Amino acid sequence: MSSTETDFLQEVADSDYKYGFVTSIEAETAPKGLSEDTIRFISAKKEEPEWMLEWRLKAFRHWQSLLEKEAYPRWAHLEYPEIDFQDISYYSAPRTTPKYSSLDEVDPQLLDTFSRLGIPLEEQKVLAGVAVDVVMDSVSVATTFKAELEKLGIIFCSFGEAVREHPDLVRKHIGSVVPYTDNFYAALNSAVFSDGSFCYIPKGVRCPMELSTYFRINEAGTGQFERTLIIAEEGSYVSYLEGCTAPMRDENQLHAAVVEIIAHKDAEVKYSTIQNWYPGDQEGRGGIYNFVTKRGICAGDHAKISWTQLETGSAITWKYPSVILKGDHSVGEFYSVAFTKGRQQADTGTKMIHLGKNTRSTIISKGISAGHSNNSYRGLVKIGKNAANARNFSQCDSMLLGSTCGAHTFPYLEISNPTAQVEHEATTSKVGEDQIFYCKQRGISEQDAIKLIVNGFCREILTKLPMEFAVEARKLLDIELEGSVG
Amino acid sequence: MLEIKDLRARIEDQEILKGVNLTVKPGEVHAIMGPNGSGKSTLASVLAGREEYEVTGGEVWYDGKNLLDMEPDERAREGVFLAFQYPVELPGVSMSNFLKQAVNAVREHRGEAPLSAVEFLKLMKEKAALVHLDPSLKRRAVNEGFSGGEKKRNEIFQMAMLEPKLAILDETDSGLDIDALRIVADGVNQMRSPERAFLVITHYQRLLDYIVPDIVHVLVDGRIVKSGGKDLALKLEDLGYDWVKEQADAETLA
Repeated sequence: MSSTETDFLQEVADSDYKYGFVTSIEAETAPKGLSEDTIRFISAKKEEPEWMLEWRLKAFRHWQSLLEKEAYPRWAHLEYPEIDFQDISYYSAPRTTPKYSSLDEVDPQLLDTFSRLGIPLEEQKVLAGVAVDVVMDSVSVATTFKAELEKLGIIFCSFGEAVREHPDLVRKHIGSVVPYTDNFYAALNSAVFSDGSFCYIPKGVRCPMELSTYFRINEAGTGQFERTLIIAEEGSYVSYLEGCTAPMRDENQLHAAVVEIIAHKDAEVKYSTIQNWYPGDQEGRGGIYNFVTKRGICAGDHAKISWTQLETGSAITWKYPSVILKGDHSVGEFYSVAFTKGRQQADTGTKMIHLGKNTRSTIISKGISAGHSNNSYRGLVKIGKNAANARNFSQCDSMLLGSTCGAHTFPYLEISNPTAQVEHEATTSKVGEDQIFYCKQRGISEQDAIKLIVNGFCREILTKLPMEFAVEARKLLDIELEGSVG
Repeated sequence: MLEIKDLRARIEDQEILKGVNLTVKPGEVHAIMGPNGSGKSTLASVLAGREEYEVTGGEVWYDGKNLLDMEPDERAREGVFLAFQYPVELPGVSMSNFLKQAVNAVREHRGEAPLSAVEFLKLMKEKAALVHLDPSLKRRAVNEGFSGGEKKRNEIFQMAMLEPKLAILDETDSGLDIDALRIVADGVNQMRSPERAFLVITHYQRLLDYIVPDIVHVLVDGRIVKSGGKDLALKLEDLGYDWVKEQADAETLA
């Protein structure tokens, strides 16, 4: 590799987090530590009904039993110091928790944060026609386009509001896809989840706009435990966007979210994510630990769930958006780009669980590693014994920028039906010197050449994102690649 | 426009160019011929700035500037174009995206405003027609899934888009059937102008039936041993390279 190229790759690997700043909004924060009292405090703060508290407590007791057995998930290709769960504050809300009728009433400092992140609410509302339910420090502070959605019977609100306003829907579905017994972090989330989003699309309704929630972590030392529940009734459709950027941190922040999706007969849910949390400094100190459980169920025939994600942030990413294909002819898709640099570690992939007949799943994963990072794909394709004629296609491509990073692929196949057709392809490549020279010979600078080549590598996935999100995704990838010279 | 003085270059430990001298004026078409391994492609690579080759001596002046001091992308923006012998594939990078960056980088260097999307697409359509490429190619990834002939035509298409001052064609004829050869040569001929110079590197005389050179040079063992008019190419076709080598050896001995 040429010396200029090496220099550039080093710059890429060393580039500082662009969105590092902290907004000092007064917050109401629970003292550090976790006990039944903490759970009661959170539940009371959120004015929850008794059944919700009981559910949290059950989850908490289960989590405690796992903690005693030290049953943390250890199978991932990740290295990080043990987390002290008593050293985390489990609740933080902006001091004023108002329901704004217009943006003028919103704390100007908060609006400033958004504009520095390049996400002016106003512009989004007007130009993109995106309804934004902003979750900042665990409590929703702005919801737009709600009235328009209400006319169609669509419910799109914070999780806390859903618990109060639509208790039957929440009670029926919470934990139905990801039970609190599912894994260590799902149990923790179920006990302490602070807020999140709730989305309900009634039978036969096609949601006319992309629903978007921006999650932010903005309070030093506060764990973020979001919970999202999406219910798509028969024949409905919704495209849901989740995007993240977070202020710079000097201590580790634990994030353990849970997302549950239920798609009934003939329903389709498209879930897109851009994840750009603080990845830590050059040595990997201070980055976000991101342990997420995301799962959807195609409960009825001909249902479809697609996960599309661009993962560029976090010190540690542990995330496997999955689909249970229960209904006959149902479809599951997973499209992912994971970019790691510095000391970032990502272990991400999916699980496609085929239970119904003629179910189909597609997995396309692109991993790009730079610096001293490690990027792993881990995926399970399971074909149940009754899943006649199930089909899966998996493709996992890794690209290495430089020679100090790692890419790994861990595919798991469990096939119990002889009529299944499962294909798996995997490649690992380096950005070729030939490719860079070819671009340079056409007048394109080395940096732009690397951007072009990486963007080309991810193109298949980025084109799956909704338009305005795809633009943001490309920009984000470019910024990540640019390094400090940009 | 281009002045090469006693240029020496090696790859790893092997010296390939052993003192090349060549002067090219605007508007001229020079053909460089020679047997396999004589250093033809090395000369093209060194002029374009490929880093595997180490220049060990000599000078190259281009438009009054020291070419060897420039990065490859700078050379390209200054108007040096290389049509690759083996065009490189860029998976997922669309032709239009690739060329838009290239064209606008060159335009910016010349102090021109970037082309609008409409202007750019119009230009692409017009230039693609020059080498009979389907305009739908703008959506295809660069060279990915292109046939051998398409790749070569694509090089000439890119040349037409970038309008270089000095175009180096590195064995653009290799692997082309006669029809494709004609199309490529036609494209090149339409681009000939009093301001633009060409360096056509080829193993066979065949290409020179279509792109008629002003001067033919014979490169043997890292040196230009003979230069002449287009008839020289025909003589080489008839007699092979041995007689030139023998003549050169005799001159060296003398």
